[in-house]
Amino acid sequence: MTDRRRIALTVNGLQRDGEVEGRLLLADFLRHHLGLTGTHLGCEHGVCGACTVLVDGQATRSCLMLAVQANGRSITTVEGLAPDGEASHPLQAAFHERHGLQCGFCTPGFLMTLVEFLEENPEPDEAAVREALSGNLCRCTGYQGIVDAALQASASLRETSGQ
Amino acid sequence: MEHRYIGKPLLRLEDRALLTGTAQFIDDIKLPGLLEAAFVRSPHPHALIRAVDFSPALALPGVHAVFGYDDLRRVLTSDMIPTDKTGGDRFPATTWPVVVPKDETCFAGEPIAIVVAESRYIAEDAVSLVEIDYEPLPAASDCRQAAAADAPKAHRAAPGNVVTEFSTAYGDVDSAFVAAEHVFSVALKQHRGGAHSIEGRGIVASYNGASGEFTVWSATQAPHKMRNGLMELFGLDEDGVRIIVPDVGGAFGGKNVVYPEDAIVTAAARLLGQPVKWVEDRREHFLAAIQERDQYWDLEIATDGEGRIAGIRGKIIHDQGAYTMLGLHTSHNCSIGIPGPYVVPHYRIDVAVVETNKVGAIPVRGAGYPEANFAMERMLDAVARGLKLDRAVLRQRNLIPAEQMPYEHPMKTREGTPTIYDSGDFPRCQAQALAGADYETFNERRVRAREQGRYLGIGIANMMKVTGRGPFESATVRVGRSGRITAFTGAMAMGQGTGTTLAQICAEHLGVSPEDVTVVTGDTSVTLHGLGGYGSRQTVTAGNSMDQAAREVREKAIKVAAHSLEVAEQDLELADGEVRVRGSDVAMPLSAIAKALSGAKGYSLPKDVTPWLQANVNFRPPDVTYANGCHVVEAEVDIGTGGVKILRYVIVNDSGKLINPLLAEGQIHGGTAHGIGNALFEWMGYDENAQPVVTNFAEYLLPTATEVPRFEVTHLEHESTLNPLGLRGIGEAGTVPAAAAVISAVENALESFGVQICEAPISPKRLVELILQAKQAH
Repeated sequence: MTDRRRIALTVNGLQRDGEVEGRLLLADFLRHHLGLTGTHLGCEHGVCGACTVLVDGQATRSCLMLAVQANGRSITTVEGLAPDGEASHPLQAAFHERHGLQCGFCTPGFLMTLVEFLEENPEPDEAAVREALSGNLCRCTGYQGIVDAALQASASLRETSGQ
Repeated sequence: MEHRYIGKPLLRLEDRALLTGTAQFIDDIKLPGLLEAAFVRSPHPHALIRAVDFSPALALPGVHAVFGYDDLRRVLTSDMIPTDKTGGDRFPATTWPVVVPKDETCFAGEPIAIVVAESRYIAEDAVSLVEIDYEPLPAASDCRQAAAADAPKAHRAAPGNVVTEFSTAYGDVDSAFVAAEHVFSVALKQHRGGAHSIEGRGIVASYNGASGEFTVWSATQAPHKMRNGLMELFGLDEDGVRIIVPDVGGAFGGKNVVYPEDAIVTAAARLLGQPVKWVEDRREHFLAAIQERDQYWDLEIATDGEGRIAGIRGKIIHDQGAYTMLGLHTSHNCSIGIPGPYVVPHYRIDVAVVETNKVGAIPVRGAGYPEANFAMERMLDAVARGLKLDRAVLRQRNLIPAEQMPYEHPMKTREGTPTIYDSGDFPRCQAQALAGADYETFNERRVRAREQGRYLGIGIANMMKVTGRGPFESATVRVGRSGRITAFTGAMAMGQGTGTTLAQICAEHLGVSPEDVTVVTGDTSVTLHGLGGYGSRQTVTAGNSMDQAAREVREKAIKVAAHSLEVAEQDLELADGEVRVRGSDVAMPLSAIAKALSGAKGYSLPKDVTPWLQANVNFRPPDVTYANGCHVVEAEVDIGTGGVKILRYVIVNDSGKLINPLLAEGQIHGGTAHGIGNALFEWMGYDENAQPVVTNFAEYLLPTATEVPRFEVTHLEHESTLNPLGLRGIGEAGTVPAAAAVISAVENALESFGVQICEAPISPKRLVELILQAKQAH
């Protein structure tokens, strides 16, 4: 329990380091050591997806990963989605415009899951979006606003990359 | 009158913080010296507590304290959680919830002691070091068996497990059955699981030793209930406990009571003189947050030769759990919710409320109405089958005709007052839903699918849900000296968009945009009284309070400006944050009026205005009002695997005038998805000894994006006549008929096998069993 290790990693483009217990979850490191409380914990057993962050670009459950495992990696959290701190990423804008969130607790996990998915699948249909989101739980929205937001964001991302 | 904001699908004001990760939820609260708690929970459904030894846990570095019954009781005025005991004077005393059991634990997961440490990690380490000597006792698990006189008792000192029995009745049901042409029986097993907001419960309590006052941050639906409960437990007045509610990550009934954990964490902060935080993890939510759980229904319905209902009678056995945490709300709603939008001339339902060694059962979204609806719609499907009638025709025949509105139902409300459906057109609602779902041509689709070996079914359910319950909700609209407008309310935002909705109402009257209005919910120091969020009540109650308060502020601003500018009131208008003379540029900003009214020098005030540019209104609805709706579901069943796929889901909902149709639709979507979970997935299992066998999201299935279909929603807006804005509630409207409609569709898909479904939820495995049984029977 007193086994502490130094780690150094990149979080939202910034070099961060810390001395952590071996058992510390990446989610708790982000939330309580770095103060990045946008990443939320909904089940702590890898089902709900609320804690999803990008680890080297890959959507990953930060409740199933230790902080020490993130040593040397690059992490992106919801706070890193839009550089200006406004909700200006096409996904954030689409979630707002399509009523893709209610309580908003699960939202960061949905956003981060979709960042990776839309990079790999720039032109998904509704069924593919629903499949991609089936590892994230939302109790408020019934998913329809989220699915619509994902489809809208994929269109605006294609437009941006086409320019 | 044309509205600028009321009735418009405005985008939400709440979203930016939630989308950028800057919202503040309970686990994000930081205070100097904040310690973290974990609970020692009973591993036994029922046991005596013979001895406790905290010393090994206390020896662990980083542990600040371990408190059990004896320690906590020193700072509490009672062993009991303050709870609504309305009508409970004939209940056994053992049914009321305790803070911490002294010597007998009554459900697995019940808190026995609290560990407070530097971190949650250390606190959990220490929990495993606490030694408790338990003597297990026989447990009450299945509520049917528990009702028997010789069953193991959930509490040793209780006279038995039946907390109470009551009947809801009108007319002469037995005579109606004697005279009726047909009688059909239905026996149902109904189960609804937990609330399962994605954020669990949580509390941060801090105690100011100098003033003797608490400040408590709580993820609650009902901040004033929390304030009232804690102040009573600590022997304080309203000023002694301030509840602040940060962003709440959903609630759905799970955050609507004062829990033992709330009392214990607050007591720990008091004992330590240091702030303490506890945030529930998912396993704890399964073990110790409320559920709705098990019910067994035996029903009979009597009809004439054309299927017109003559009467309904039957019995419900309701699993109350080990403690009565919120009266009889669920079971009573079940007993009154059956007739809904249908004409039922004679009626009697007998209810037995039975304790078991499980966590207390109180309302989850829908609050007993989903079960009542399921019962009614299952009976109607049985009648249709028995009389070989089309299910839609049968329903149409029994719906209350529009020309009979307002309809005084022979049922009495929970308050004992007459039930009056003040508005709505139920036959039109069903007709529109059927048309939207292409009901007329369904058989062609079914036949085509059958040719491909596929089994399609269609299901219908009509619902009615009581909404807008009072006795009041509070709203204060204040224009500050800066001209900023703040609206305070006892209503509680927990994801519905309450801030946006109330800002729209407020802005409508004050000549500003909704984004110029800051809505403050969840702070008992600025809103002294309120009831909070439950029962689809807030837009109806707080919305009308806000509407009247904003109107009063407007009138006051105009009166003061007329006085200052020496013009007639009717020549003034409110726009862009100022009161101005129509057709001129002479104006007085709201900030100047607010300053004048808060005592600025050099302004004279009209004689008949009270100080401050603010108004407080506690709208008291004269009665509850009702939402109604019709769901039509088309589904496919894979007869090999029992898998159910919902192909179409059509909803026509009537919640009266909608303040924000976009957010209203979101409520319907989420509520309906919850009902789909209750139909097909969500099962909180216990074994025969009342030990939970479902404690994570791999065992308890919430619906995901692949199981929830696209909803096709239409709104009717028959305005309520019971409040000035014409509102009827919406939060639970989607949930109520969903399980009934989905299971009706599944049963219909399996019609050729003769399968009848008398339970919810229904798993694929169970469906295959029913198909095989039906095949063998033929």
